[in-house]
Amino acid sequence: MAFMNFPAVRIENLSFMYPGQAHHSITGINLTIAAGDRFGLFGPNGAGKTTLMGCMTGILDFTDGSIEIFGEKVSRKNRSFCSVLGYVPQEYSFYQELDPLENLEYFGAMSGLKMPAIKKKSEELLKVLGLWDVRTKQVEKFSGGMKRRVNIAISVMHEPKILFLDEPTVGVDVQTRFAIMDYLMELNRRGTTLVYTSHQLAEAQNLCNNFALIDQGNIIAHDTLEHLLAAHEAEGLEGLFIKLTGKAYRDSDV
Amino acid sequence: MFKLLSSIKKDVRILLRDKVGLLLMFLMPILLAVVITAIQNSTFELVNDNKIPLIVLNRDTGEAGKQFLASINDAGIFKVMQSLEVDKKPDFAAMMKANDALVAILIPEDFTIRIKGKAKVVAAKALKSVGLEGDSLSMEVQVDPLTMMYHPVMQESFRQSVHGALKSAVSLVESKQILNSLYLKLNDEPMPVALENEILHNTTAINQVPVSRDGSRNVPNATQHNIPAWTIFAMFFVVISLGSSVVREKLNGSFLRLKTLPSAYFISLISKQITYLIVTLIQALVIFAIGVWIFPLIHLPALNLPNDLFATFVVLLICGWCAVSFAICIGVFAKTQEQANGIGAVSIVLLAAIGGLLVPSFAMPDSFSYIIRLSPLHWCLEAFYGLFLEGGNLKDIMMNLLPLLAITILFQLITIWGLRKKNLI
Repeated sequence: MAFMNFPAVRIENLSFMYPGQAHHSITGINLTIAAGDRFGLFGPNGAGKTTLMGCMTGILDFTDGSIEIFGEKVSRKNRSFCSVLGYVPQEYSFYQELDPLENLEYFGAMSGLKMPAIKKKSEELLKVLGLWDVRTKQVEKFSGGMKRRVNIAISVMHEPKILFLDEPTVGVDVQTRFAIMDYLMELNRRGTTLVYTSHQLAEAQNLCNNFALIDQGNIIAHDTLEHLLAAHEAEGLEGLFIKLTGKAYRDSDV
Repeated sequence: MFKLLSSIKKDVRILLRDKVGLLLMFLMPILLAVVITAIQNSTFELVNDNKIPLIVLNRDTGEAGKQFLASINDAGIFKVMQSLEVDKKPDFAAMMKANDALVAILIPEDFTIRIKGKAKVVAAKALKSVGLEGDSLSMEVQVDPLTMMYHPVMQESFRQSVHGALKSAVSLVESKQILNSLYLKLNDEPMPVALENEILHNTTAINQVPVSRDGSRNVPNATQHNIPAWTIFAMFFVVISLGSSVVREKLNGSFLRLKTLPSAYFISLISKQITYLIVTLIQALVIFAIGVWIFPLIHLPALNLPNDLFATFVVLLICGWCAVSFAICIGVFAKTQEQANGIGAVSIVLLAAIGGLLVPSFAMPDSFSYIIRLSPLHWCLEAFYGLFLEGGNLKDIMMNLLPLLAITILFQLITIWGLRKKNLI
């Protein structure tokens, strides 16, 4: 497994500016995420989390700096990094007209899997995520929690080595949140690197072993929670967050 | 290939669950084709078979009034109803309404006197011009114009046809009186009936022959016009289903998820094009089948398929591809499904209107001659007419297909540009 010799993510001097905007959304980011990490990326609204996530997953085309995923360069032309990457977007990014099996069949095929592997993996995932009994029901009729689990199932169909999660538990009940967290921990135990972003800091504190705080387009802190709390004399992740980013609203500019 | 097949399978599943989209794509154009053909066909039948209901109020007691009435009857296009109204100011509106008449005409009391007077004057002038002495007559005899009253629903072209028929009848009466007048002057006896008939009724006939490239003499009917036109309309109406589908994929993030998968988005684009191209071909097959087999059962003229079926398939293929490309283009630029549906539907109606589907392009003002060419539906229709009405082959319609292909490629390029601009591929 040659890719294990590389860090999961290596970012060097990454800057990104959206077309038509005067300022960079992220500036000169340097970041390394080790393989097998449960990495939490946090910051206030508009800090640059989604932009950084977009660049890492290849959704946004950046021109300044470089990103490597397990040694594969991320670029518009080279899509080979996609085969080791999974992405759980905040939105329900699937076809609500289809049932979970049909969604998994389509996205599995698009991930490069063949039919026998799709069938096997679909059954396994739907059973683990408690969706097997509703596998032939249209997703449109599902609750928010069930849709979140479908969202995750699709993202891990091809057994990615790194999974990017953008607020994967937003709007779900406690039971579903626990189920999702348990499943993510299980994935990580099997070797999947997790890159997680959320506003649920308590949840993040339980899940992640490494943290980065981003504000105004820059990484302002990056370490384990223990080291960060000690260095900044803060209590808990929430206290650290407020201490480093302040209490002022960040999303008042539109 | 497996990715493409999976993508097509997904698109077909979504399509089959879009009941409203399917209804719009299949039921609406079928209804339009049936209803518009039936209406147009009944208009043709109104003229050709049913005859135009006409009220004649003949106040004239002389022979010219009777001759005029006979000429109208002989024209064969009117169902003549004589009114016996004696009121000096008859209420034609009420009379027409009571009798379901479209036209009414009043023959005035002095019609014969004036026609005869005019005939004598014309005859005298004619004799004088060839050096024969005619009666010395006043040259001021004029026949008052007849008044044709018509129902406001009658369209201009139809009204002009009725007017022309009535004018021919008046001309016949006048010619007859002038001939008789001349004959009487020259021979001192009335003209023999046989000679009169020879001169007035033995006119040269005008045959009507449709011109086709393959030499066939099939008379075009409402079906031959309407089935190709509404088939094109139906094909382009996939914009409602396909445009919305593209917008949904943009909004729900499926596009972005695909960006993170090791598959080119072009697979998804090609799969949509193949799926909906098949839909457009099925639409055409269904509408053509209705034209061929169902129309005769509901007393409408049957559709005669073109001799060159391969060329018909090629036209359907290119029309379908153009329709699908247009729909995807709308979907890429629309921000919401409502926008896609609204812009899609309105633009198709507009393109159909300027393309000659609703009003024949030859009836449009000169200033439209360039705008017409911008509508892909115009080129589709011209290609179909070349096959359905003119009996042409693939070579004959090539000049219609090339602009259509160019417009299709333009839609494709705009789509790719839009997808790049919106960071979707």
